Amino acid sequence: MNNRLINWFGYASPATFYPLAGKMIPWFWALTAIFGIAGLYIGFFVAPTDAQQGEGYRIIFIHVPASWMSMFIYLVMAFWAALGLGFNTRLSGMMASSLAPTGALMAFLSLWTGALWGKPMWGTWWVWDARLTSELILFFLYIGFIALQSAIDDPRRADKAGAVLALVGVVNIPIIYFSVKWWNTLHQGASVSLTKSPSMAQTMLWGMLLMALAFWMYSIAVSLTRVRAIILERERHAGWVEELTEIKS
Amino acid sequence: MGETSLFAALGAVIRRDLLLAMRRKSDVLTTLFFFIIVVSLFPLGVGPEMDMLRQIAPGVLWVAALLATMLSLNRLFATDHADGTLEQMALSAVPLGVLVTGKVIAHWLLSGLPLALLAPVLGLQFDLAPGSLAVLVVSLLIGTPVLSLIGAVGAALTLGVRGGGVLVSLLVLPLYVPVLIFGAGAVEADLTGLGATAHLSLLAAFLALSAFFGPWATTVALRIALE
Repeated sequence: MNNRLINWFGYASPATFYPLAGKMIPWFWALTAIFGIAGLYIGFFVAPTDAQQGEGYRIIFIHVPASWMSMFIYLVMAFWAALGLGFNTRLSGMMASSLAPTGALMAFLSLWTGALWGKPMWGTWWVWDARLTSELILFFLYIGFIALQSAIDDPRRADKAGAVLALVGVVNIPIIYFSVKWWNTLHQGASVSLTKSPSMAQTMLWGMLLMALAFWMYSIAVSLTRVRAIILERERHAGWVEELTEIKS
Repeated sequence: MGETSLFAALGAVIRRDLLLAMRRKSDVLTTLFFFIIVVSLFPLGVGPEMDMLRQIAPGVLWVAALLATMLSLNRLFATDHADGTLEQMALSAVPLGVLVTGKVIAHWLLSGLPLALLAPVLGLQFDLAPGSLAVLVVSLLIGTPVLSLIGAVGAALTLGVRGGGVLVSLLVLPLYVPVLIFGAGAVEADLTGLGATAHLSLLAAFLALSAFFGPWATTVALRIALE
């Protein structure tokens, strides 16, 4: 009856997704390593020293991908949360909660590397710039999501409550971003323009894109590993878990 | 279900919550005094120079209003959840969204409205001009309902959860950022002579948005909590 090559909906069940994820994880780690090594090589050895910023600019090879991922992961998380709320699938909620710590890590990395970059470039660890401030608030949103889920003992309720929060957050993020932006332009305290960055050398752009791909693969690998742990924890009473070789041994 | 009975239910919920609050006045007054004390602490912390106080007044008053509203959130659903009233509301023929809206309106009448009316007195301590005081009151009148509406979602999500009181602050405060920016910004814009109309219009836009989505999200969250 089903002529399609892969039955996608079949993988919505934790029992079938668990082995699939296990098979995919090594591939994503391999891709992380390949992209990461290539990106770091270009970043450190091929890309020229920046005329204005010297060697310090090289932190963008970590900073920019981390910022991208922190924003993108929130969207993915909200997508899984919406799916879980709409179709009542268990795996979607597990995916959402497995993505949250990685997203929070990326937001934190982005703030941390931004501070390290800001000290030599702007002479200060922190400015109340629109981007920095909204990244900070994004970090708070991740922390709220994680805190809410860990405070609720019933996993199904935790998934659904987290889903509502993630969706409320995703509606609010553009509003927060634009309010912070406006607030920042009205208070012309720190007049650091991030938008008018000098044109970037081709190799720098390549290094950054490769690093972004590496971060992307890393996020997938880590969240798949985490979702496998969540599946085992929640399905520990199910028959198929007891049949697994890694459980038996 | 006719339109009149929906409004009757809405009115009944508001009346009931107000009556309950009047029987236990200390809950309402505690929040108000919290607001007064927090605002009064700032001059003690930063010094009594009037020029500086005038500058920080909008931010201080608005942050204090945010915290006071947040502290009063747990009485929105917690007692009704504890004695089973909330379950009866969820089972009743009237849509839960209407009842939730009634509870949020009552919450605002008991927390946001008194804050807005009290704010000019505190603003005087910060040497705000009469014009700015008026803008402050208007911005609080438009902004605090948004705080109640967003806060209701957080209160519903943390219903009966371990450490709900602290947790709700973690969930709700980041979402309050736009209201804080434009609420305090309105007063500040008036102080610097820019005119507060743009800020107040945006606050009103937030109010319209949250009045539409807030009760709906709160209802979903309540149904999850009651499962």
